[in-house]
Amino acid sequence: MIWGVVTFPGSNCDRDCVHVLRHVLAQDVREVWYEERALEGLDAVVLPGGFSYGDYLRPGAIAATAPVMAAVRAAADRGVPILGICNGFQILTEAGLLPGALLRNRTLRFVCRDVWVRVECVRTPFTRGLRPGQVLRMPVAHAEGRYTAPAVVLRALEREGRVVFRYCDPAGRVHPRANPNGAARAVAGVRNAAGNVVGMMPHPERAAEGMLGSEDGRRLFESALRSLAGER
Amino acid sequence: MAPPRTEVPVLAEAAARYGLGPEDEAAVRAALGRPPNPVEARCLAVMWSEHCAYRHSRQVLQRLPAGGDGVLQGPGENAGVVGIGGGWALVWKMESHNHPSAVDPYNGAATGVGGIIRDVLAMGARPVALLDALRFGPLSDPRARRLFSGVVTGIAAYGNSVGVPTVGGELATDPAYAEAPLVNVACLGLVRAGGIVRGRAAPPGAALLYAGARTGRDGIGGAAFASGVLDAAAEVRDRAAVQIGDPFAGKCLIEATQQALSTGCVLGLQDLGAGGLACAAAEMAARAGTGVLLDLERVPLRERDLAPAEVLLSESQERMLLVVRPADAPSLAAIYRRWGLEAEVVGRVTPDGRFRARAGGITVADLPAQLLTHAPARHVVPAPAPAPTPPEARAVRAEEALLALLAAPEVASAAPIYEQYDHMVQVRTVVRPGRGAAVLRLPELAPAGLALTVDGCGRWCAVDPYGGGLATVLEAAANLACAGAEPLAVTDCLNFGRPEDPQVFWAFAQAVEGIAAACRALRVPVVGGNVSFSNEGPRGPILPTPVVAMVGRVPEVDAPALVHEGDLLVLLGSAAPGLGGSLYARVLWGALAPGFPRPDLEAAVRTIACVRQAVRRRLVASAHDVSAGGVAVALAECCLILGRGAEVTLPGPGDAAALFGEGGTRVICAVAPQHLEPL
Repeated sequence: MIWGVVTFPGSNCDRDCVHVLRHVLAQDVREVWYEERALEGLDAVVLPGGFSYGDYLRPGAIAATAPVMAAVRAAADRGVPILGICNGFQILTEAGLLPGALLRNRTLRFVCRDVWVRVECVRTPFTRGLRPGQVLRMPVAHAEGRYTAPAVVLRALEREGRVVFRYCDPAGRVHPRANPNGAARAVAGVRNAAGNVVGMMPHPERAAEGMLGSEDGRRLFESALRSLAGER
Repeated sequence: MAPPRTEVPVLAEAAARYGLGPEDEAAVRAALGRPPNPVEARCLAVMWSEHCAYRHSRQVLQRLPAGGDGVLQGPGENAGVVGIGGGWALVWKMESHNHPSAVDPYNGAATGVGGIIRDVLAMGARPVALLDALRFGPLSDPRARRLFSGVVTGIAAYGNSVGVPTVGGELATDPAYAEAPLVNVACLGLVRAGGIVRGRAAPPGAALLYAGARTGRDGIGGAAFASGVLDAAAEVRDRAAVQIGDPFAGKCLIEATQQALSTGCVLGLQDLGAGGLACAAAEMAARAGTGVLLDLERVPLRERDLAPAEVLLSESQERMLLVVRPADAPSLAAIYRRWGLEAEVVGRVTPDGRFRARAGGITVADLPAQLLTHAPARHVVPAPAPAPTPPEARAVRAEEALLALLAAPEVASAAPIYEQYDHMVQVRTVVRPGRGAAVLRLPELAPAGLALTVDGCGRWCAVDPYGGGLATVLEAAANLACAGAEPLAVTDCLNFGRPEDPQVFWAFAQAVEGIAAACRALRVPVVGGNVSFSNEGPRGPILPTPVVAMVGRVPEVDAPALVHEGDLLVLLGSAAPGLGGSLYARVLWGALAPGFPRPDLEAAVRTIACVRQAVRRRLVASAHDVSAGGVAVALAECCLILGRGAEVTLPGPGDAAALFGEGGTRVICAVAPQHLEPL
């Protein structure tokens, strides 16, 4: 299995994602530079977190126009699993590969802490190995993570089961205090219609080793591995 | 070569602004055999400023122990370096950005972070963690609140964006910091021992490769500004002396420099910080005993028509100077350009020991490099500061006192601050902020890790600068011991008022003696740091505030152990705590109390070693250092961190000194009953 991890100028979780895939999950990883134009041969692609282009203009807005994004779009069309984490999620929404947008947190502040999310949809490669309703603990670290979309889009996402993760408390209950950024309907992650493109604000790569506080994030990568193996 | 143009001596004018005296002008004339031209005078004024030249502090700093087994680089370079085994070394440096933060809190703090990161980068290391120590006036004051919020946002904006986690820090407030807040930032880096680079311009003939952002008109004279006293007009007048940071360029500069270093072709490297290109080039030449010739017209500019002195002294951020073989310059420049940065050869190394700059076909500056970097020392006859008059003691119920102390910013939860900092990026953070020392794992040296802490206490030092310096270092070591770590290195920021004030200078010298004594007893070297003088406004100086950042090695990093119901709480260490310099007197009596209970150094070192061993042998499930607010506050903190209650019997009388007194090294340990005997 070969994973691609894309580095844009200003990405800062690319090395962490490479570490987890390569050293924790023993995967082959290709480090992809933002100017590359072809992603053939990759089985899955990660758009990592960070501050691509310094978050200037809007988080993800400039990266969404980078040369590599045409290749990411083509890979998405081919059904390649694509995971956008934090700034990667912002890039996917700016590129139109996922619906909605990520606004400034309700507190207007950057927030870095552990949160809990409930698995709402298992029809994606990254959640196929999880149970619906399963509660995962992972850190968030963002200033612009408040998910929003027009009411009609939000309703469609709910109807089509495209909300993948929702912020909740450790017991799995969704309420405003468990929502770190004021996201609409407590949305922490969504998928595209086909299910192969997932964007999420929490950082699974920071929750992949027990020593760092949680191993829940690793299950997303493991799920994708099993999913890809099953397809072959 | 045309001789430098000589015009009317302008050193006198520079003197008025930057504090160069008539004796300095005489020294320059004697060394040159002529008066300096205006460009040279401005370079000298900046390079001889207290901030760059340590004119008052140099001699006192000699007292600090700088050497030791593992020390690969002591003070005098961009940062200190200490070997940690396995072919790796850590890089450790703390710096203040107090004056800029007082004028423009957001940009002042952000560029403080950027600057210290590049100092660590300049040693060839990857920056892996940040810590910050902050001081403000009481947060009930709207200006203090604005400064506080701007500083925290600035640190977050820069540190988060460049992907270096801020893993710890500390905060205190006192009216003495209302006019002069403190922003001290420490950075830890990791480097392969064979990959250490130094700020040296050698060999002659090598090219000077400028890399990073363009040069603009910001931060000109920043170093000189940082050497003066702040007044009410500073916020408006000195805004242009504050640099503006661009964390995106900073992040690209880190990555491009890592790639450049990996080629093995970087012979010397330095950040363009205080004093800009002039300072970096002169320091690199002086360290190597060489000279430099700069071609100012080749420096990439952000705006046209910068005067030569402005190009030399601009403190624009995100710039580095590399020393490379001329043949390697194009390939190294290409690495920086790939990251969207500027890279130009702006000069070369010469064998003649001169600092020369050319523009418009003429030489605009020609000075001995050593003259720029060796400002004459200044001496002050110290005068002991009197102890504060005892405040009026009033009896306060213990419950009321405990609640008041728990609400003090020094003690209260710092979560609202550290949650604004990304403290987990780079996936090393095992013990996160809010639990004493932070612990980072080192996958390079698994299962080993590093513990980091930053500590400082102006209250103690105001009452007893020697004892306060001593106790500050011991507290840092106790924090490390609670994480099972043995100290490897100290870096410090020494924040004081005007050095010309004999009482301020006395406190400075005493505090350094205290730090030196404690570091010698613990066998930990001080590998670098900085001195920040003139932290004062019209109402007088800040509390004498030496801040110590200490890093130590944890042999085996593990997730924190669990504490169970029925575990015992044990107070290790001894002290005759009193209320001198205590938070109790400050908060409840409204003033500092005299008579700081100076720690017994030998007993403290034994306690620290004992705690470290107990933690390493897993005899204690949790260890917590007793500091501000004394035993009562430390117990409350233990309960809050562990999420449990406690029932305790304290030795001795239950008076305010016993409950809330500070001083001495004491540690509260949670111990399973079966482990009490071996402990």
